[in-house]
Amino acid sequence: MQTTETNTIEQFATQEYKFGFVTEVEQETFPPGLNEDIIRMLSAKKEEPAWMLEWRLKAYRHWLTMEEPTWANIHYAPIDFQSIAYYAGPKPKGSGPKSLDEVDPEILKTYEKLGIPLHEREMLAGVAVDAVFDSVSVATTFKGKLAEMGIIFCSFSEAVRNHPELVQQYMGSVVPYTDNFYATLNSAVFSDGSFVYVPKGVRCPMELSTYFRINARNTGQFERTLIVADEGAYVSYLEGCTAPMRDENQLHAAVVELVALKDATIKYSTVQNWYPGDEQGRGGIYNFVTKRGKCEGANSKISWTQVETGSAITWKYPSVILKGDHSTGEFYSVALTKGRQQADTGTKMIHIGKNTKSNIVSKGISAGEGQNTYRGAVRILKGADGARNFSQCDSMLIGDKCGAHTFPYIDVQNPTARMEHEATTSKIGEDQIFYCNQRGISTEDAVSMIVSGFCKEVFRELPMEFAVEAQKLLAVNLEGSVG
Amino acid sequence: MSDRENETAMLEIKNLHASVEGNEILRGIDLKIGSGEVHAIMGPNGSGKSTLARVLAGQEDYEVTDGQVLFDGKDLLEMDPEERAREGVFMAFQYPVEIPGVSNTYFLKAALNAVRKHRGLPEMDALEFLKLVREKMKLVQMEESLLNRPVNEGFSGGEKKRNEIFHMAVLEPRLCVLDETDSGLDIDALRVVADGVNVLRNKDRGFLVITHYQRLLNYIVPDYVHVLVDGRIVRSGGKELALELEEKGYSWLEGMAPERPVPVGA
Repeated sequence: MQTTETNTIEQFATQEYKFGFVTEVEQETFPPGLNEDIIRMLSAKKEEPAWMLEWRLKAYRHWLTMEEPTWANIHYAPIDFQSIAYYAGPKPKGSGPKSLDEVDPEILKTYEKLGIPLHEREMLAGVAVDAVFDSVSVATTFKGKLAEMGIIFCSFSEAVRNHPELVQQYMGSVVPYTDNFYATLNSAVFSDGSFVYVPKGVRCPMELSTYFRINARNTGQFERTLIVADEGAYVSYLEGCTAPMRDENQLHAAVVELVALKDATIKYSTVQNWYPGDEQGRGGIYNFVTKRGKCEGANSKISWTQVETGSAITWKYPSVILKGDHSTGEFYSVALTKGRQQADTGTKMIHIGKNTKSNIVSKGISAGEGQNTYRGAVRILKGADGARNFSQCDSMLIGDKCGAHTFPYIDVQNPTARMEHEATTSKIGEDQIFYCNQRGISTEDAVSMIVSGFCKEVFRELPMEFAVEAQKLLAVNLEGSVG
Repeated sequence: MSDRENETAMLEIKNLHASVEGNEILRGIDLKIGSGEVHAIMGPNGSGKSTLARVLAGQEDYEVTDGQVLFDGKDLLEMDPEERAREGVFMAFQYPVEIPGVSNTYFLKAALNAVRKHRGLPEMDALEFLKLVREKMKLVQMEESLLNRPVNEGFSGGEKKRNEIFHMAVLEPRLCVLDETDSGLDIDALRVVADGVNVLRNKDRGFLVITHYQRLLNYIVPDYVHVLVDGRIVRSGGKELALELEEKGYSWLEGMAPERPVPVGA
């Protein structure tokens, strides 16, 4: 009779992280520290052309003039950027893996353990994967099949070498190297990531996916992803992430740029489950990420969907610049913070073109001592006649030690704009749990059911397998919440 | 009737005392419900009717300070709320709770499978479940449109109550506790809900119908009526007691010294 809800909730944060193992693999790591020589070494290591090195150095020099931002609603000890190693990769056997058979079996095993088999014949039908292990892309599947349709799906390093004209044209066109502290740092030191180009009128026949894994100790992961959908093209891209459990914090500062030309659609989905740190808040990933898309052409559409359950600190605002007339930007987000996790996340929708539309649905769930902040900006510029925005920000609190915060910024410079903003905060009710109990449903299942229901509008935006995955992930994260 | 004393009742409440936040609400309830019997509990506001229902269901705001409740001979008070439900205790809520985003059928399937698992039955798959749901829907005149909507969200008062009876029909409990199911219903809605309950009456199932008004008992005709005043049962009788109450009002029995514990059906 004394299983009180408080007990229930206090045990909330004690769920173990399931992906915390370390892979024993021969590593090649740069000495810690950041200077121009390190950047030159990195560039040489990747056999980059001169223009790429120049771009990195320009970014680095600019970065030196910048200060770490402090406006986010997050708290952490200062990061010593000189104590981080800026490159770690599995030691190549020979000149780097040409095919899956040459990839270190330990790494293949790692991905299998994570449920991401890289052997194409074993893959889920309809998903092509690029696997990034620390700083290096280790395998990209279904490349050949995609190439037949003219779709380029490869690691960023490969794109720099093999498709320099595309990279030069689009890299930095959405997130310039001067953009912000972490994006600038990334521009200087990014190691790898994925590159996608879908040519005119092509509908990518399968989901493209990158799976990021941080393995090495004391390294930062700085990946960079660039996706370009040419006129009338369609692509759906998925991203997943995990990391081992380590006591020290690790920095993950990524940049993702999306470019949608006329009539093109890009759907970008993330399930982020970086190691969140332990119950006392030791360790965990600092996830400081810049993600932005540009609806360059008329009638283009960019849609971000994210399920954020991991990381000690999450700081990211997937945004859309709505430049083309009649273009659409969407942002669907579930962010769960428990234990000592902090998240300051949201989106920016910048309306430039006429009759542009944006839709924001944010679901924040806070449990334990988690702090969850939604920060969103909607700007309607002068020329954006007939722009429309709908924003919905819902917060759910589980227990009484957590917090939910909402900071919506709205800037409207055109009188024809139509804006709607809805926000709710609810506590997962004892009465809801009791109602479920009274029908025979355990408290654990009840919490998971209520939270899934709360997130439904976001889950239904995810591709099928991912939606199931995300729901499971949320349930796993909510496990141990009951006494 | 005389041999009832020797029968094992499905539910046996002995000297039940319960408080909320230190205030004693139930002050010694004795009640036996046998299989197939319908008992009505009536009483003025604040007499402890709903407290009794919630204590039986296991709501944790209520602290049982004394007494015992046996359900099929098992100690009900030792069980968690979900265990009671799986054992076959069902409460139709006075204010059914909304669960946004969770469809009524999804919820009910999870509930039914939890109950079935407890009873050692295999889980029902989607097809079997759908078949069962359609059958039960007809039985209690449930509208199909309410099936796929989120649990109770945006339901009218009448729809919520009907949904409770629908849940009852699907879960097939042994003991049904109806906590002021008539409150907030107009006469048509009341009749539909009562019809639903009546088709679920059978020789193996017991009912505890809690109500403030006699009106409901015109439709759900009880075998026994008990009057609760100030946390005690002050009078028990047959269905005609409800009519007498309707005529004379609760003041007739208020302040009345509790009689010695009344045997059920006395």
